[in-house]
Amino acid sequence: MLDLFPIVVLLPLLGFLHNGLLKDRIPHRFAGAIGTLAVFIPFLITLGAFNEFNPMERTAPHLVPVFDWIVIGDFKTSFGYQIDQLSLYMTLIITGIGSLIHLYSMGYMKGNKGYNRFFAYLNLFIFCMLNLVLSDNLVLTFLGWEGVGLASYLLIGFDYDKSSAAEAGMKAFILNRIGDVGFILGTGFLFWLGGSLQYLTLQTNLQELGAFSEYANLVALFFFIAAMGKSAQIPLYVWLPDAMAGPTPVSALIHAATMVTAGVFLIVRLNFVFLLAPDTSFFIACIGALTALFAATIGVLQNDIKKILAYSTVSQLGFMFLAMGSMSYVAGLFHLMTHAFFKALLFLGAGSVIHALHHEQNIKHMGKLFGKIKTTSITFLLGTLAIAGFFPFAGFFSKDLILEKTYTYGAFGSILWTVGVVAAFFTSFYMFRLVFVVFFGKDNIDPHHKVHESPWTMTLPLILLAVGAVFAGFLQTPHFFLHIDTLERYFAPVLERGFQLAGQSGTLVEHSELAHDVEFSLAAFSVVIASIGLLLAYFLYQRKQSQILEEHTGFRKILFHKYYIDEIYDIIFVKPYVFVSKIVAYHFDTKVLDRFFLGIGGSFGVIANGLRRLQSGFIGDYALYVVLGTFCILAYLLTRGV
Amino acid sequence: MNQLISGIPVTYILGLAGILFSIGVLGVLIRRNIVIIFMSVELILNSVNLVFVTFSKALSHISGETIVFFVMAIAAAEAAVGLALVIAIFRHKKSTNVDELQSMRW
Repeated sequence: MLDLFPIVVLLPLLGFLHNGLLKDRIPHRFAGAIGTLAVFIPFLITLGAFNEFNPMERTAPHLVPVFDWIVIGDFKTSFGYQIDQLSLYMTLIITGIGSLIHLYSMGYMKGNKGYNRFFAYLNLFIFCMLNLVLSDNLVLTFLGWEGVGLASYLLIGFDYDKSSAAEAGMKAFILNRIGDVGFILGTGFLFWLGGSLQYLTLQTNLQELGAFSEYANLVALFFFIAAMGKSAQIPLYVWLPDAMAGPTPVSALIHAATMVTAGVFLIVRLNFVFLLAPDTSFFIACIGALTALFAATIGVLQNDIKKILAYSTVSQLGFMFLAMGSMSYVAGLFHLMTHAFFKALLFLGAGSVIHALHHEQNIKHMGKLFGKIKTTSITFLLGTLAIAGFFPFAGFFSKDLILEKTYTYGAFGSILWTVGVVAAFFTSFYMFRLVFVVFFGKDNIDPHHKVHESPWTMTLPLILLAVGAVFAGFLQTPHFFLHIDTLERYFAPVLERGFQLAGQSGTLVEHSELAHDVEFSLAAFSVVIASIGLLLAYFLYQRKQSQILEEHTGFRKILFHKYYIDEIYDIIFVKPYVFVSKIVAYHFDTKVLDRFFLGIGGSFGVIANGLRRLQSGFIGDYALYVVLGTFCILAYLLTRGV
Repeated sequence: MNQLISGIPVTYILGLAGILFSIGVLGVLIRRNIVIIFMSVELILNSVNLVFVTFSKALSHISGETIVFFVMAIAAAEAAVGLALVIAIFRHKKSTNVDELQSMRW
C-alpha cells in the first residue's frame, strides 16, 4: 500500500479533471459519486498504508520520489512525498472527514445548478491539501498551500452572481496573500541557511549549523506570519467569518476541519526550527491565547448560525496556536483532530438545520427544533458538548491537554492559562446559547416552512462524525482517567528528530510533569467553567427567554459589531488604498504617465514638423543644403585634420 | 612635387579650378533655368577634372588622369539622362523654371 501512495494524491486530481472538464455533460448523481469516490478510495489506501507503515514502531519516514520538478544548478526541487506519522495523521483526517463531507454534499447541493462545478472544486481542494501535508519539501508544500487558497477562494465565491460571496472570496484571497509573503521569506531564509528545501536534509543540515539559533526566531516568525493568514489568527482572521458565504459543506471541510489547520501543520512540520525559537514561540502562544479569547467573545452576540461557528473556529484555532506556542505540539495536533471531528459535525449540523428551514441562517428565526429533526439535533448536541469541553467528550481531552501544557509553560504560563480558561468559558456559553435558541427555546420559525429531516446522505456523515466527536478523545487521556498516551508515543519519532534542547539552559521543551492532584484540579476546574457557561446560557435563553443580550448598548454594541475590526481595517487599509488607487488611476496616470509617453510621441511630431519645412521642393534650396553640408564637412576636416 | 606644369605654377591652375567651381556652385544656387543649372553642374565637374589632371601631372602619377575618364563618362551619362528628364518635364509643364517645379515636396 505504501507503494501505491501516489494514487492517494492522483485520484482527487483525476476527479477534479473529470468533473471539471465534463461538467456540463455528466449527470449530477454521477459527478457526485465520482467526486466522493475520488476521496474515499484514497482514504482506504491511506488506512492500508497506515497499517503497513506501522507508525508506532517505525521511526524513519517513507520517501516516495515521483519526479524532479525544478533543477537549476544546485537548486533542486522534486515532486516527492514524505510519509511519516505526521503526514499520515493529516492525510487520514483530510480524506476521512473529506469523504464524509463529500457524501454530505451530495445531499446538500442537490438541485444546485453548479453541482458538478462544486465537486470539481472540492476535489481540487483535496488534491492541493494532500500535496501540502504529504510533500517532502517546502516548495511543493507551498504549491499545495497556494492551491488550497485558490480552492478556498473559488468555493467561497461559489455563488459568484452574489456580490457578497464574490467579495468574501477576494477578501480571503488577499488576506492569505499577506501571510504567504511570510512563507516565501521563510523558505528563502531556510534555503540560504540550510542549503536545501527538503525537510529531512534541512533538519540534518541545520543541526550541524551551530549559528542557526541566531536566525531561528526570525525564520520562525516568517512562517508564523504565513500560518496567521491561513489559520485565521489575529490580525489576519477577518476573512474566515466572511468565508461563510460559501456553501455549508465548504465551511465544514475547508474553513473548519482542514485548510485552516495548515498553519498548525506547518509549525509541527518545521518543529526543528520552532524548537529553537523560544521568543517567537512565546509570541505565538500570546497571539493564540488572544485569538481564542477575542473570537470567543465575538461569538457571543452573533445571530448568523454559521458566523457563530466561524468565530468558534477562529477561537479553537487560537487554542491550537496556544499549544504550538507553548511547544506542546502533540496537544495542538490532538486538538486539531478532535476539532476536525466536532467542528465538521457542527457545521454539517448547521447545514442540515439550514437545509431543513429552506436556507434560513438567522437563529432568531429558529427555535424548538429538537425532536423535529431528530438526528440533526442529537448529533449537534453531542458536538456542542464536545466543543464546550465536557467530560468525556473529545474536546475535553484535547483542550485540557493544551491548557495543562500551557500552565507549565515558562513564567507566563499561568496568565496564558487564565486567558485560555476564560475563552473556554465563552465557548461553552455561546455554543449553548446557540443550542438553546435553535433547538429549544421559543418557536420563531416562519410558519410557511415545513421542517423536514435531511436525506441519509446528510445524516450518515453527521452520525459518523458524532461518533468521532465523542470517542476521539480517548487517544490521549490524563493520568487520572485511564492514562492513555497513544498520541504522544505516536508522534515521538516526528518531533524527536528536532534539536535536543535538553542541554541548553532555560529549555521550554521539557515539560515538567504536573503533580497529579494539580492536573486533576485543572481538569475539574475547566469542566466547572464549561458547566457555568452551560447554566448561564440555560438561565438566560431557556428559563427567562431573555432578551438581555439582544439589546445592543454599550459594550454589547461593540461586541455585536465584532469590535469594529472590519471597520477599522476599512479605515486604516482599504480606504487609503482605494484613495491612493484613485489618485494613481485618475490623476497620476493621466497627468504624469500618459503625458510622459504621449510627450515622447509628440516631441517626435514637433521635430518632424520643423524638419519638413526644409523640404520645400525648390531645387535651389536642396542645392544650398548640399553646399552648406559640404562646407561644414570641409570645415570640420580642415580644423580637425584628416 | 613638381611646382610647375608647362611653366605655369600649380597654384594658378588650382586657383582657376576653384574659381570655376565657385561659378558652378553659384550657378546651381542662383539660376532658375534648369538648362543653365545643368551647365553649371558641368562647370563643377570640369573644375574637379582640372584639379585631378593638375595633381596627376605634378605628382607624376597616373591615377588622377584615370579618374578623370571616369568623371567624364559619368558626366556624359548624367547629361544624357538629365536632358532627357528636362525635355520630359518641359513637355509636361511648358517651362524650364525650377521654381515652378515643386510638386515633389511634402
